Amino acid sequence: MAGKVMNILIVGVGGQGTLLTSRILAQVAVDLGYDVKVSEIHGMAQRGGSVVSQVRYGEKIYSPIISKGGADIILAFEKLEAARWLDYLKPDGMVIINDDRVDPLPVMSGKVKYPDDIDQRIAQMVEKTMVVDASSIAVECGNVRAANVVMVGLLAGAMGFPEEEVEKAIRAMVPPKALDINLKAFKEGHNLYSNIA
Amino acid sequence: MKRLMIGNDAIARGAYEAGVTVATAYPGTPSTEIVSTLAHYPGVYGEWAPNEKVALEVGAGASIGGARTLVAMKHVGVNVAADPLYTFVYTGVNGGMVIVSADDPGMHSSQNEQDNRGYGRFAKLPVIEPADSQEALDFTRLAFDISEEFDTPVMLRITTRLAHSQTLVEEGEPKQAKLKEYKKDAPKYVMLPGFARGRHVAVEKRLEGLKEYSNKTDLNQIEWGDRRLGVITSGVCYQYVREVMPDISVLKLGMVNPLPDKLIREFAQGVERLVVVEELEPVIEEQVKSWGIAVEGKEHFTLLGEYSPEYLAERLGGVAQAQGYGLDKEIPPRPPLMCPGCPHRGVFHTLKRMRLKVMGDIGCYTLGALSPLDGMDACVCMGASIGMAMGMEKAEGVDPSKIVAVIGDSTFVHSGITPLIDVVYNQGTSTVIILDNSTTAMTGHQDHPATGLNIMKEPAPKLDLEALIRAIGVNHVRVVDPLQLDELRSALEEELQRREPSVIIARRPCALLVKPPTDKQMVIEDDLCTGCKLCIRIGCTGIYFIEDEKLAAINPTTCVSCEVCAQVCTFDAIKIVEG
Repeated sequence: MAGKVMNILIVGVGGQGTLLTSRILAQVAVDLGYDVKVSEIHGMAQRGGSVVSQVRYGEKIYSPIISKGGADIILAFEKLEAARWLDYLKPDGMVIINDDRVDPLPVMSGKVKYPDDIDQRIAQMVEKTMVVDASSIAVECGNVRAANVVMVGLLAGAMGFPEEEVEKAIRAMVPPKALDINLKAFKEGHNLYSNIA
Repeated sequence: MKRLMIGNDAIARGAYEAGVTVATAYPGTPSTEIVSTLAHYPGVYGEWAPNEKVALEVGAGASIGGARTLVAMKHVGVNVAADPLYTFVYTGVNGGMVIVSADDPGMHSSQNEQDNRGYGRFAKLPVIEPADSQEALDFTRLAFDISEEFDTPVMLRITTRLAHSQTLVEEGEPKQAKLKEYKKDAPKYVMLPGFARGRHVAVEKRLEGLKEYSNKTDLNQIEWGDRRLGVITSGVCYQYVREVMPDISVLKLGMVNPLPDKLIREFAQGVERLVVVEELEPVIEEQVKSWGIAVEGKEHFTLLGEYSPEYLAERLGGVAQAQGYGLDKEIPPRPPLMCPGCPHRGVFHTLKRMRLKVMGDIGCYTLGALSPLDGMDACVCMGASIGMAMGMEKAEGVDPSKIVAVIGDSTFVHSGITPLIDVVYNQGTSTVIILDNSTTAMTGHQDHPATGLNIMKEPAPKLDLEALIRAIGVNHVRVVDPLQLDELRSALEEELQRREPSVIIARRPCALLVKPPTDKQMVIEDDLCTGCKLCIRIGCTGIYFIEDEKLAAINPTTCVSCEVCAQVCTFDAIKIVEG
């Protein structure tokens, strides 16, 4: 992949585990020998706001942030967030969406309607759209909080990352007591990608 | 082996490798991780100071005592520490001292976006600026040598994008920490006018030496390329420039004060067109212009917010960006909001219902200003709420029984105590609410003097807030549970009527630090719900409104059964179900 740079945007709602996902992905890219940069958001936005982590890897990386129209893949933990960041996707890019709906305040209060068909509208525009129910898969694996690692599995499939490399990174970053559930969640996500793609 | 590190962790590593043995800070995004990480390295004494001024003073004492010392704070924290900073520049150091200023262009988590490179010129100290985590480590290490060589504190200036971006770092061998011997030297360390005059001479002489150093150091480097365009830049902007214009000539500055005048002249003469790319203030541009060099800058670029590669490409040309997708329909915004079960929520709901004038402060609870709580009238800086409530009372335009100050526990200890003394001394009648969640929540749950734990989470003497407040001379101090809205409201009504100062401590741990109860849950009885939306106005993700059915509903995955919505409901439609 000499000279080529991969740009991954991981978007969601504060508290959904985007930070862990970007850190796992970045570690795998490091282990595979790439130059890697990751940009994260800490502080106030984490309190239930719209959050984004950016991972870039390749032979040589300068900017830690991705430009509009520059993302090869958008990994969205929530439907509305996929739509919010869609202008960052490359024309031939892929968007993987967890079919989860977290209402923002204007929707909760009934001021605005949640555009429930948003994933379908994205699919109409973006050829490579994948909508999955990562939350339900995570529940089956033992904890809904592992939905982010189900998404890691899908992403690893899309990136063509070796399974054992990703599992190694998960082992290094997930607390021991949650490890089994997370490894299972990763496997399920990875299998799902192979089945759909 | 290289590994990924956020800039802040790389600074901590660099300080450890430089032999730092004392590290002090008050938490503040985007600086917090520096000292929390550094404190865990072997042989390092770390502390959370009550505020940045104290942190810097402890640092100054440690430096004079011979230790290499690091002090870290967010950009506005430097304002708090500015008093000792300016004069510590006069005394100079013994053990090397580095002050990290973490600026926040774009205000990801701050109340302003001041450019602290300005402190370099104003306070007359060298300022170093890294462009990635490796440089953060290397420059921090080097900054201690500069500090000792030139007998000055050094400012390491970073921005949010550097602090919280992970890039690859090769760790070095830690230097053996060695204390310098302390020798009494009053003319150097006692800043009486007579001595300070001598030190000002030393400061100016030192700056001349630093200017020479800036011209020679590898911190500043010319990368010759296509000479039709030459860009002077520093920090993360360097990465953006290289991303979109890989072939142009660049003068990359790692030392941004004092600037390398000779190097800049050499660079200017070598390129056809000279442009400065710097976020926020034209600090470099104005100095270069003052030397009579033709240079472009802020006529192309904004003074506001963060830059990005695409912004530079748009303003300067360069690698064209692909057109992305756009969705026609507007996407509803998703502002940050208080967590479900947050003890602050009911307080702001009550303040709004009572139509009080609320002088607010800095912390998670500043979110109480946002819709639908709308519970704040003003918020300026750490600790300002109490003094502002006093001032509003003295203006005599507002009924004093309608004015409250609202401040968090960590913020109160930071800088709320002195204004409370003012209220007592000058006979104000303010009611102060201390939102005591027993942590510094916004920055990631750091301890402080009133939590009973130190930076290492070891037991520490616990500041007794009630005793402190009584000792100041406030006769009416009471503690309420902020999740009991009736109790809170009656306490407020009583204290606001008093013609003397009073403090209400609303005490309940941060909802993120307690496990939600598993033995109860909230349920809405649909036949009792009138769809009035009163419960929706508390702005909680645990409860939402079904527009088609005109009914409120509980979201069981986010709700933590704090019962605030049940207390707000006037129709008794929200019930607690045990088991």
